[in-house]
Amino acid sequence: MHEALMHPGREALIQGRSLSQVTEDICRPLDGRPTLLWWAGFLPALALLALGVAAVGYQIATGIGTWGLNRTIGWAFDITNFVFWIGIGHAGTLISAILFLFRQRWRTSVNRAAEAMTLFAVMCAGLFPIIHMGRPWLFFWIVPYPNTRGSLWINFRSPLVWDFFAIGTYFTISAVFWYVGLIPDLATARDRTKPGLRRRIYEIFSLGWNGSYRTWRRYEIVYLLLAGLATPLVVSVHTIVSWDFATSVIPGWHATIFPPYFVAGAIFSGMAMVLTLMLVARSTMGLQAYITERHVDVMCKLIILTSGIVGLAYATEFFTALYSANQYEQFVFKNRALGPMAWAYWTMVSCNVITPQFFWFKAVRRRFGLVFVLTLFVNVGMWFERFVIVVSSLHRDYLPSSWSSYSPTSIEVATLLGSLGLFFTAFLLFCRFVPVIAIAEVKGVIGTPAAAPAHAAEVRTGQTPALAGMEA
Amino acid sequence: MARRTMIGVFSREEDILTATDAARRDGLTILDVYTPYAVHGLDQAMALQPSRLPWVCFLLGLLGAVLKVWFEYWTTAVSWPINVGGKPWNSLPAFVPVTFEVMVLFAGVSTVFAFLLVAKLRPWRKAAVIHPRVTDDRFVLLLEQTDASFDVGRVRRLLERHHAVEVEERDLQEVP
Repeated sequence: MHEALMHPGREALIQGRSLSQVTEDICRPLDGRPTLLWWAGFLPALALLALGVAAVGYQIATGIGTWGLNRTIGWAFDITNFVFWIGIGHAGTLISAILFLFRQRWRTSVNRAAEAMTLFAVMCAGLFPIIHMGRPWLFFWIVPYPNTRGSLWINFRSPLVWDFFAIGTYFTISAVFWYVGLIPDLATARDRTKPGLRRRIYEIFSLGWNGSYRTWRRYEIVYLLLAGLATPLVVSVHTIVSWDFATSVIPGWHATIFPPYFVAGAIFSGMAMVLTLMLVARSTMGLQAYITERHVDVMCKLIILTSGIVGLAYATEFFTALYSANQYEQFVFKNRALGPMAWAYWTMVSCNVITPQFFWFKAVRRRFGLVFVLTLFVNVGMWFERFVIVVSSLHRDYLPSSWSSYSPTSIEVATLLGSLGLFFTAFLLFCRFVPVIAIAEVKGVIGTPAAAPAHAAEVRTGQTPALAGMEA
Repeated sequence: MARRTMIGVFSREEDILTATDAARRDGLTILDVYTPYAVHGLDQAMALQPSRLPWVCFLLGLLGAVLKVWFEYWTTAVSWPINVGGKPWNSLPAFVPVTFEVMVLFAGVSTVFAFLLVAKLRPWRKAAVIHPRVTDDRFVLLLEQTDASFDVGRVRRLLERHHAVEVEERDLQEVP
């Protein structure tokens, strides 16, 4: 009762844990040898990464003829993968920044892992435009630097340039946000590690953090400011990604709905990926006490919500095409649903709009195996959404004489698998070497047990003691 | 010069809050408080001034935005104007996205650097840990024994009244 009065925001999310138990629970997996389950995930991921490295090496050495692209379909797999991975990243920022601003304290158990997911997803995403350039060693040409060609500057009116700045800023701010959040926890890990190499590394990266409250207070301000900056940033990033398409004159791309549609889709796909990873981390790292039924429940509900928004966007696109009285626009959408790529379209609709409806049932939300499978469906569906947008809009444009078809080559598929390998390798290494849960934030949520009734009389009920001091 | 200090170690959040508050109202010099997480309300208990970091964020963000608008204008309208689809040299609306991104980048990165600077956090800095469990589950109040009027016995009783689990006198070369 007393505790509830003092900290009305503290609900019983994580029960019956003392502060040192929290430290112990989260840091223990970092001390010992990795579990068998971890190796079972890591080795296949590493193998996929190696496959991807080989595929990328081969296509760079040989040339872009190794792809299935043609003159009609100039964007396909690379750009699909790029948009897919960027979208995955967005839910990490949603959880770490937007839910922070809304004071959703349940996020504390998942935000660290979600931010890490963002970082790795943006890394994967960033690779694809570079590979897609065909001559990736000239990548630096997109940076506006004084050069011997004039100086010939980049075209600041091009959405592709905007995209470069957006992705660059997004990666940097996500990395900084993640690292700032990590400093106190690295100090916690440092102070419980025996002298040796591991401790030296923790010492370097914890920057001499000693728990001083003056530092804590500045830290909180910085965290709030970064959250405030990351929130509009995340919206801007996928908006700019959508402009890569929307500023062109291809029917099916040239639509004003694209920015909100892309942002909603990004958050939807990212939520599903967070949930997939959470369920994996929960069982492989033994974090059942921290990632609880309630976390899974809340995330499932968010998936229903964002799935609804995405479904509405699909319907709106069709309505707009119908209402536009533009024959090219109408044709593209008819072709999308009934043409040769209809299978991709209906895979997308069934995975993104139909499967999430199962989450309405509490019985489904309680069965984590089922939740895991359903989130995989959403991940697949969102990949297909990007494939549909990119390929089905391009393959039949204005002139029937230029119509074409596309199927990926083995090299392109290997590159996609390689990016999955990179993502999971990085995520599993993260689980292994860094506290997966924000220790200090979890401690802030659970606090310390209230005073025994005998002591309670000293504290004025209903006010924090510090505030009580301020009225004098 | 070494400073004579008194250290109170607490195991509960509300104890550190009440103890800090009581120490401040008693006129004692609070050098710092060390906690395993950000305890809300301690800033009032310690009577700390508001941080100026939001200003760094705002001004550096503004600087980034201004520099970027100027740079985009200079490259596309002055240094080498190129006709892109008949658009004006100075296509301000098209400059908005990149300007926004650069503003966020400047504001975010500079705020973090300013924070590391004022909090004196840097790699290879030896952490001055006041108590081995302060990053785990202990809350520490660090008081300075300013002059002869500092009554060790009375302060000890004050700390113990607020359920201090350890009270200790210590000479510190520098305040961490």
